[in-house]
Amino acid sequence: MKLLAFIVVSLTGALLLYGTAEFSDWGDPNSPASLHVSNYYIEKTYEETHAPNFVTAVVTDYRGFDTMFETAVIFCAGLGCFLLLRDFREKKEYFYRHIPTGVILHVKDGKKKITTGKEFEYMDKDWVPQDLINRTACRILIPFIQIYALYVVAHGDYSPGGGFQGGVIFGSSLILLAISYDLQTLVERIREKLLGILAATGVLIYAGIAAICMPMGGNFLDYGKLAPLLPAGSHVRALGMLGVEIGVGIAVMAIMVIIYINIVSVGRHDEGL
Amino acid sequence: MSDLLSLIIAKYNYWLYVILMMIGLYAMIAKNNLIKKIVGMNIFQTAIILFYVSIGYKTNATIPIIKSADTGHGMVVRAADYINPLTSCLMLTAIVVSVATFGFAMALTVRIYRRYQTLEEDELRMRLSE
Amino acid sequence: MDNYPVLIVVAPFMTALFAGLFIWIEERLSYPIVLTGLAVSVFSAVNVLLRVIASGTIQYNMAGWPPPIGIEYRIDLLNAMVLCLVSGVAFLNLIASYRSVQQEISDRTGAYYTVYNLFVTGLLGVTITGDLFNLYVLIEITSLTSYAQVAMGDRDRGPLASLNYIFIGVIGASFYLLGVGYLYMFTGSLNMVDVAVIIKDSQGSSTVLVAFILCILGVWIKMALFPMHVWLPNAYSYSPVVFSRAVAPLMTKVMVYVMIRLMITVFGYDYLFQKLQISDAVVWVATIAVLAGGIMALAQKNLKKMLAYIIVCEIGYMVGGAWLGNRLGMTGAILHIMNDALMTFALFLGVGNMIYRQKSVDLTDLRGLFGKMPWTMGGFVLAALSIIGVPPTCGFFSKWYLLLGAFEKGAYHFAAALIISSLICAVLFFRVFEICFFEPMPHGHENLHSHGIIEEAPVSMLVVSGIVSFFLIFAGLYSGTIVNTIILPFLG
Repeated sequence: MKLLAFIVVSLTGALLLYGTAEFSDWGDPNSPASLHVSNYYIEKTYEETHAPNFVTAVVTDYRGFDTMFETAVIFCAGLGCFLLLRDFREKKEYFYRHIPTGVILHVKDGKKKITTGKEFEYMDKDWVPQDLINRTACRILIPFIQIYALYVVAHGDYSPGGGFQGGVIFGSSLILLAISYDLQTLVERIREKLLGILAATGVLIYAGIAAICMPMGGNFLDYGKLAPLLPAGSHVRALGMLGVEIGVGIAVMAIMVIIYINIVSVGRHDEGL
Repeated sequence: MSDLLSLIIAKYNYWLYVILMMIGLYAMIAKNNLIKKIVGMNIFQTAIILFYVSIGYKTNATIPIIKSADTGHGMVVRAADYINPLTSCLMLTAIVVSVATFGFAMALTVRIYRRYQTLEEDELRMRLSE
Repeated sequence: MDNYPVLIVVAPFMTALFAGLFIWIEERLSYPIVLTGLAVSVFSAVNVLLRVIASGTIQYNMAGWPPPIGIEYRIDLLNAMVLCLVSGVAFLNLIASYRSVQQEISDRTGAYYTVYNLFVTGLLGVTITGDLFNLYVLIEITSLTSYAQVAMGDRDRGPLASLNYIFIGVIGASFYLLGVGYLYMFTGSLNMVDVAVIIKDSQGSSTVLVAFILCILGVWIKMALFPMHVWLPNAYSYSPVVFSRAVAPLMTKVMVYVMIRLMITVFGYDYLFQKLQISDAVVWVATIAVLAGGIMALAQKNLKKMLAYIIVCEIGYMVGGAWLGNRLGMTGAILHIMNDALMTFALFLGVGNMIYRQKSVDLTDLRGLFGKMPWTMGGFVLAALSIIGVPPTCGFFSKWYLLLGAFEKGAYHFAAALIISSLICAVLFFRVFEICFFEPMPHGHENLHSHGIIEEAPVSMLVVSGIVSFFLIFAGLYSGTIVNTIILPFLG
């Protein structure tokens, strides 16, 4: 098996390297790849869309159709993890710890639950003592991370950024909450139903903005025809791009958290990392 | 021979990324542990992304965001000053696809482990044929 | 309305998202929403087909940008036929699957219908697009949704079959992506027609050769051409019934369409058959695929796995026909895309009915089915006759074109493989019929697998089975019209 793999890999590598024989050198500004279509993008983007960031303009405007399906790909991954792993069975046993004395209670009947708060705290099967410094530091950091994420989404047109990047940062702030406290804290604050609705709504915002262009007289995704709805003059394409980026950001944020929760707790949503 | 050497030096980035791709492909095919295969898949896809991004580079060019001096009336944007934005845009999509596949493969591995308590491919094959 | 082309893809897509939203609000609404989306898609596809037959190729620019700046949809006769086929089969499958989904995936039906519609969106998008990178993104949507659906099947073996499918699928899609990268490096554009114009003058370039090899290898891996077919039997047998009924007729045929599109539109007939003299080698590979698929099907003891190996055999027909290099062969291959989709769908409908009532289709469990499920077995017999190639079912006509093409080219090995595989299929299916018909139903406590008296399948499944059987004969009788209206004008 290893010999077969080695032969296949060497043949493929040789084929790929043979193909690079006629490539232009690295960094050549006159290679065919840098001439035909990409010159048009660099020279005409600011006139047509008023967005200084060429990459965002190409991603959400010129090739926005690809990005819509890319958002659908990440939506499928989250939905697939949910479909595959989600286990709706109720948990039977619970462990609680009395904070002042350190006594551990094992409740075997699932129906009687003790309210957690100042006296009792909920314990996972692999519980470790939570560090006060750890918890406090993360608690202070999380809002700033979220503001930064919103900044990244809003500035997608003007500086490096965009919907995907901002959505991932926002999602990681929520995952930080789950890691520094425990999974129950995250699940109680943000219900599964809210996450599911946010994920679908994000992608629907993208497809909705794209579809509204059709009754206004344009093709699918033609933001230029949205001018009657958005009073922005020549900046209407940039506003369409911003709306689409917001949709992507919401969807990616929800999906990141859904994938994390489902994998880490193997679908049960009760305990994890 | 010196011809080949000068060829490699002029295009060393492509050679590097192809070697990285082959390392990932070898791990995907030859390794026995499922997690190692998934890591190999990640290396393979990342090497493809790097290959594409390196196609778009131009010497002495800056990132593809308009310098503030160029905006306004009577501006001229020269294409040789900015690197190619199209390749980065294509790779945004490829990165998201690779993350989605990786997440889903992890979910499958977790479920296989919960059922069979092992992650070695030959043990799994033996268990399934019983 | 001018927006019918984009409605074909966007209707299933948006209804899938609405169904994904309604999982959390009112799950019972997911099925009607998804069904409406597919109905709109079928209607638009038929509309587009009639317009293309009447007035020629349709071009639709996304976001209003002309190609090669933006993405365009380019619909010609080949496209339009495959679009109608895919949306029609997916719609009929959804009607027939309401009960099976409730039986096999009972607590998360809403999420399942969402993923199903996204899968159909991916297939339709692959068929309709005229941009190379858009094709890659939609292949990835199709693949990711199929990984998810395969894993929902058999409890024990589904996840591992899906993981193996992931590894091989990622290799295939990544090869295609590398091929597109090499083409971009050479031409600077991603639009199919634009690339074809630019590479027409420089056919000796090593970059174009390697790009072609990578693209075709990637597509071959995804269509399960022997010897890269190892993922197909496990993935199709251990997936839920509703998914195997949709993927078996559609996914591999859409990949054959992609191969034909790359061959004819992007690289061109001259480059493939005059410059690169590899068509003989490819026809040999196709011959081996046909024979290997048939022989491995003989060794199977489970009906679903047997049908999966027959699919491998049929892929060999289509690849061999396309690479023969003459019009008859290509006509046979394109006609076989349509016919094989219908035949495989009909076969899997029959198998689905059996699984709905019996839960298992090992060959020993099929005893006496002619008595218990007469209508289902009627449809199954008709589909089997079509695969063997008995006139007037449609299977005969596409095999006839392939045989004529093989004799004209002088590829007698391919013609021999066609005839031998038809005989092998006859042996396979008559063995199944013998078990179903002639062996008596075991009485009393001898039969460990029966769940009481087995009745016929529900009416929704039978109605769909009847519609597909009607189309099998209809497509067979009107093959001449189809070839003359759609395929020959496409080949020019």
